[in-house]
Amino acid sequence: MTTTRTRRRSREFVAPPFAWEEIQSRAEANNEPGWLIDMRQQAWELYEEMPMPTLNDEAWRRTDYSHINWETAGDLMIADNPGIDTIPAENRAPLIGNEHGGLIAWVDNALVHHQLADHIAQQGVIFTDLHSAVHEYPELVQKHLFQKGVKAEEGKFAALHVAAWTHGVFVYVPRNVSVDLPLHSIFYNANTGASLGHVLVVLEERAEVTVAQEYLSDTGDEHTSFIGGTELIVGKNANLRYVALQNWGYNMYEFSYERGHVGRDGKLDWVVGSMGSRLTKKFMQISLDEPGSWGRMSGMFFADENQLLDHDTYQEHNAPHTTSDLLFKNALTDSSRSVWRGMIRVQPGAQQADGFQANNNMILSDYARADSIPGLEIEADDVRCTHAATIGKMEEEYIFYLQTRGVPRREAERLFVNGYFQDVLDRIPFEDVQKRLLADVDRKLLGA
Amino acid sequence: MGATLEIRNLHVSIDETPILRGVDLTINQGETHALMGPNGSGKSTLAYAMLGHPAYSVDEGEVLFDGVDVLELEPDERSRLGLFLAFQYPVSVPGVTVANFLRSAINSRRKQENAEDPGISIPEFRRLMKERMDFLDIDHSFAGRYLNAGFSGGEKKRNEILQLAVLQPRFAILDETDSGLDIDALRIVADGVNKLKGPELGVLVITHYKRMLDYLNPEYVHLMMDGRIVESGGAALAEEIEDYGYQPFFEKHGLEVTEE
Repeated sequence: MTTTRTRRRSREFVAPPFAWEEIQSRAEANNEPGWLIDMRQQAWELYEEMPMPTLNDEAWRRTDYSHINWETAGDLMIADNPGIDTIPAENRAPLIGNEHGGLIAWVDNALVHHQLADHIAQQGVIFTDLHSAVHEYPELVQKHLFQKGVKAEEGKFAALHVAAWTHGVFVYVPRNVSVDLPLHSIFYNANTGASLGHVLVVLEERAEVTVAQEYLSDTGDEHTSFIGGTELIVGKNANLRYVALQNWGYNMYEFSYERGHVGRDGKLDWVVGSMGSRLTKKFMQISLDEPGSWGRMSGMFFADENQLLDHDTYQEHNAPHTTSDLLFKNALTDSSRSVWRGMIRVQPGAQQADGFQANNNMILSDYARADSIPGLEIEADDVRCTHAATIGKMEEEYIFYLQTRGVPRREAERLFVNGYFQDVLDRIPFEDVQKRLLADVDRKLLGA
Repeated sequence: MGATLEIRNLHVSIDETPILRGVDLTINQGETHALMGPNGSGKSTLAYAMLGHPAYSVDEGEVLFDGVDVLELEPDERSRLGLFLAFQYPVSVPGVTVANFLRSAINSRRKQENAEDPGISIPEFRRLMKERMDFLDIDHSFAGRYLNAGFSGGEKKRNEILQLAVLQPRFAILDETDSGLDIDALRIVADGVNKLKGPELGVLVITHYKRMLDYLNPEYVHLMMDGRIVESGGAALAEEIEDYGYQPFFEKHGLEVTEE
C-alpha cells in the first residue's frame, strides 16, 4: 500500500511507450485527411518536448501516478478486437422512458452500437462517431475539433490525447433545434491497454440537448489507461445539459482534459459522477466567453480502497454578467484519497461576474484523506465570488439519532451518505442513473 | 397486561466520570411519569443511556423492558422493541426527507418481523403519514422536508412528536421537549403528546418546568439529584419544586448545590 508518508521520496515518472509511427499508420489506415494527421503530428511533437508531469509540478503535487505500469497501460488498443461485442443491457437501457434519443457505444475503441431516433435525425442533428464525422462533415469538425476547447499545449496528456485519440463521439445540434430525448454515448473497455476517447459536442445558436456520456470498464488484472478529451461548445442562447458518468474498473488510470465554452446567454449544466478507476486526474474548465453566459459544474465522487480521484476545476469568466456555480462532493472510505483544486478566474472587464465554488468532503475512514484547495483570481472590481470548502466525518450523533428510530446502523449510514449526495443527485435528470449511482454508493459503503 | 420498563440500580458514566449513581424507576405502559431535577443531575444521561448512546457507559445495573435486558441491545433494536426518545436537540440530516426516513424506520420494523417483507407500499405509507399529520395538525409539506434541516426550534420538536405518532412505541422518553419553545409552541407540542397518550403508551417526561406538566398531568413525579432519584410523588412534588426551587431539596438530601 502506498502511504502519504512515502510521497516525498523521489519517484520515477516514466513516459508511456507510444510511438508516432504507430499513431500515423493508424491514422492513415483510417483514411484521415491531411489536416487531421498534421494536427496529430504537431501535437505529437509537443508531446515529445514536454516532460512527464511529476510531484514537483503544482497541479500534480498530490497526484502520484508513478505506480502505473505503462507496459500494459501504454499499449494502444486495437479497435478491431473488442473484448466483448455488446454493451451490458443495463447500460444500454434508455435513460428516460423506453425510447432512445440516440445511443452510440464503443468497446475497446471499436464502434458496437449506433442509433439515432428518426425524428431527431430529421431535425438535422448529428450524432455519430468522430472518425465518420471527419469524412462526412469535415468543415464542422475542423472548425471545432481542438480549436478553442482542448489544446495540445495545455499539458503532456493533453498533447498525447490530441496526437493519438482513438475514437470519439460527435454531437452537433443545429440552430434553433431542441432535442426532446437524451443522446447517450458509452466508452466501454473490456481489454487491457490504452484508449483515448474524445467527446465533441457543438450546439449552435438556441440549440438545446441533453447528452449523457458514460465511461465503463471491467476490472482486469493489468493496468489500463484512458487519456480523454472533452469539448463542449455551447452557442448563443443554447442550452446543454451534459452528464458524464465514470465507473471504470479499479485498474484504470485516467488522465483527461475537459473544456466547456459558453456563448452569449447560453447555458451549460455539467454534472459528473465518478466512482471508478485506480486513479483519475482530470482538468475541467468552464469558460464563460460572452455576456450573460451561465455554467454550472456539479460533481459526485465516492472513492474507496486505494483510489485517488483528483480534479482540477477552472471557472473562467471572460465577459461581464457571467455566472458560474460549482458544487463538488466527495465521500471517501478505506485508504482512498481525493484532491480538488478549484479556481475561479475573472478576467479584466468581466464586471458583474458571479462565481461560486463549494467542495464538500465526507471522510468515512481513519485512513482516507481529502485535499480541498479553493482559489480565486479576480481582475475585475465589481464582482461577487465566493467559495466554501468543508471536510467532515459521519458523526456518531447522526447515526445514533437515526438508529433510535429503529434503523440499523448500516442503513443509518446509508441514509446519511445518500442524503449527503442528494443535492448533486437532484441535478441529474435521469432517475435510473440516480439509482445506479446510489447502488454504487451502497456497494462502496457495505464494502461488498 | 401492559409492558413494564424497569430501571434497576443504573450506574452510568461518561469518559469515566460517573453521572448516574444508582437509578431505580419503574414505569408501566399507560402511565405518565415526570422526571425533574437541576441541570447536571443526570436526566438527559438517563434518556441517552436508555437508548444506548455509545458515549454513555453503563457500569452497573439493568434496564428491563417487558422482561428483556435492553442494555444488551443496539439502539435500533431498542427502538424496534418499543422504546422512543424525543431528543432535546434533534440533529439535522440534509438530503434525507422526513418521509424517506420514517419509511426506512417502518420498514426496519417490518423486516425485523419478517426478513422477506418487501416494505410498506408507497400508497399505504402516504395514507399513514397523512393521517398522522392531520391528527397532530401538522402541515403535509413537513413530510417532504429534509430532516430537521432549517427547522425552527418548534418545528424540530413537532417533528419529534410526529415521529412518535408514526412509530407508535410502547414507551416514550421526552427529553426537555419543552425547552426553547414559546408558550404557543409548547401548547402545540403538549397537545400532540396528549393525543398520543393512552393505555398503550408509557411516557417519561424530562422537564425543568411545571408548565409542561400542567398540560400532561403525569401521575408520578420524580426528582433527580446527583445521579439518583431522591424523591418520588405526585403532582404536589412538582408544585413544591415550582414554589421553592431545588435549593431546599439539596439541603434535605445533604447534597452540595451544583447549580441554581
